[in-house]
Amino acid sequence: MSLAQKYPKEVKQILSKYPPEGKRSAMMPLLFLAQREEGYITKSAMQDIAQMLDVTETEVAGVVGFYTLYHEEKAGKYRIQVCTDLPCALRGAEKFMDDLCGNLGIKVGETTSDGVVTVEAVTCLAACDKAPMFQTQGPEGIKYHENMTVDKTVELINSLKNVAEASK
Amino acid sequence: MSHILLRHREIPDINQLSVYKKNGGFAAFKNAVMKMKPNEVTDVVKNSGLRGRGGAGFPTGMKWSFIDNKNWPHYIVANADESEPGTFKDREIMEGNPLQFLEGLAIGCYAVGAQVAYIYLRGEFWELGASLDAKIAEMEEAGLLGDKLFGTDYSLRIYTHLGAGAYICGEETALLESLEGKRGQPRVRPPFPPAVGLYGKPTIINNVETFTNVPMIMANGAEWHKSIGTTDSPGVKIFSLSGRVRKPGNYELPLGTTFRELIYTHGGGVQDSRKVKAIMPAGASSSLILVDDDKILDTPMDYASVRTLKADLGSASIIVVDDTVSMDWLVNKTVHFFKHESCGKCTPCREGTYWMSRISERIHDGAATRADVDLLLNVAKQMQGKCLCALGEFSTMAVVSGIERFRKDFDNAVKA
Repeated sequence: MSLAQKYPKEVKQILSKYPPEGKRSAMMPLLFLAQREEGYITKSAMQDIAQMLDVTETEVAGVVGFYTLYHEEKAGKYRIQVCTDLPCALRGAEKFMDDLCGNLGIKVGETTSDGVVTVEAVTCLAACDKAPMFQTQGPEGIKYHENMTVDKTVELINSLKNVAEASK
Repeated sequence: MSHILLRHREIPDINQLSVYKKNGGFAAFKNAVMKMKPNEVTDVVKNSGLRGRGGAGFPTGMKWSFIDNKNWPHYIVANADESEPGTFKDREIMEGNPLQFLEGLAIGCYAVGAQVAYIYLRGEFWELGASLDAKIAEMEEAGLLGDKLFGTDYSLRIYTHLGAGAYICGEETALLESLEGKRGQPRVRPPFPPAVGLYGKPTIINNVETFTNVPMIMANGAEWHKSIGTTDSPGVKIFSLSGRVRKPGNYELPLGTTFRELIYTHGGGVQDSRKVKAIMPAGASSSLILVDDDKILDTPMDYASVRTLKADLGSASIIVVDDTVSMDWLVNKTVHFFKHESCGKCTPCREGTYWMSRISERIHDGAATRADVDLLLNVAKQMQGKCLCALGEFSTMAVVSGIERFRKDFDNAVKA
């Protein structure tokens, strides 16, 4: 099913934001839409978007590859993206990351065995005063979690696991 | 003094349209559209001395006056890509006092004759995008946006647009490329956006905080704005304070407030009562200010005074570094950031950040020699003045100032 068939209302709303000569501007919102369900962008979705916007597939793939919030491979249902950049690191983000990975028994970039959570290190998220912090990227979009501890994070992961279980 | 920008700290629910209006909201926009000519609005902003709050400090009214009136339509883009490590002020504005930002944006649009504006938000501000969309819908409902506003011929629409995680998109021409659905790679300038911008049309790009200043300037006048801050840098600034301080956060203070007042009076001092070793006043893009003399903390934070310390105020993201931190670690962190964020378009930045990260990692791992420290400095200096945009230049700031001002830390980290 094409993106326009699957999300007719959303596609129409996205295209209405830009003038006809700027149709290509819909690329990024359409890519977020294509990523919504599976957490990554398939080749057929890229073909679909290329056709919709009158650009080549290579140009779409070039955009996907450029931005860090687009993914081409399947990972956990939720990506926990911990900021380990300088200001957060000055407030204990690196230790938080080590402790969290230790608790989950995985390394940075890996996914828990149940496929629910992937832990990633990212650059600044504009929440330097509330470190340690991370965002979760998942089917419902992106959400910030600030002033975190490992205990609070494990609690959150358990609730995400319940959501994932319920949606099966 | 009560807040001018972070008014939500005193006025509960100012993010609600009724409360914002009750506190004078949208009177300035309505007055501008109904009673002023566009260039008169620009003149007030010009006379106020307001300078862009995104980092470059360029005079806002002057930028608006550069718009090419022979080429239409015009666009305004609000830069809400807030991605500089250490900066988190625009987010608080848009969460706490979004309508003042939107009113400032609307006034700017009227001043330059733009009937469409985009707010380019970093993709991570997903929830913020949704809440701004709701505010924009409310404004349309209330007749503050839409066709033929207040019975005049002026029409205006505002749209949000989410990026997808790329620091470079804070650079204004990379932002435009991204908004056009392309990879966020900076354009060669000139031409500058007020001549050739979004879709090849004249475009004004300003930071969120810059726009948020505008409604109060229109309401209270240019002279009022000039009476705050310093002659060179009038007005208030939101200082994002982070790093090793007891109370990190945003502090809205007049430009010209001293580092000491920010760090000690407002920020509660340094964690564990340690000594300030260095300050990065413009986030990761800063030169490191060496605090070897306590008097340095008495320097006023305005554009000109910070320059006397061989650094820049930039977006005023003050990262405090204490004496427990070794600069080889810090430089390694910043270099990795820029290597990750380099867009790959120009060779000096793409290759230079790669080489710098390889060498700085080697130094930090204790696997380097003193010659490697010189090599790192050399690579950074080779890059300076040769990159297409400011990112490449910024990537060298902490490296050069770190090695030149804190050489001992690097020598201690290497073998011999």
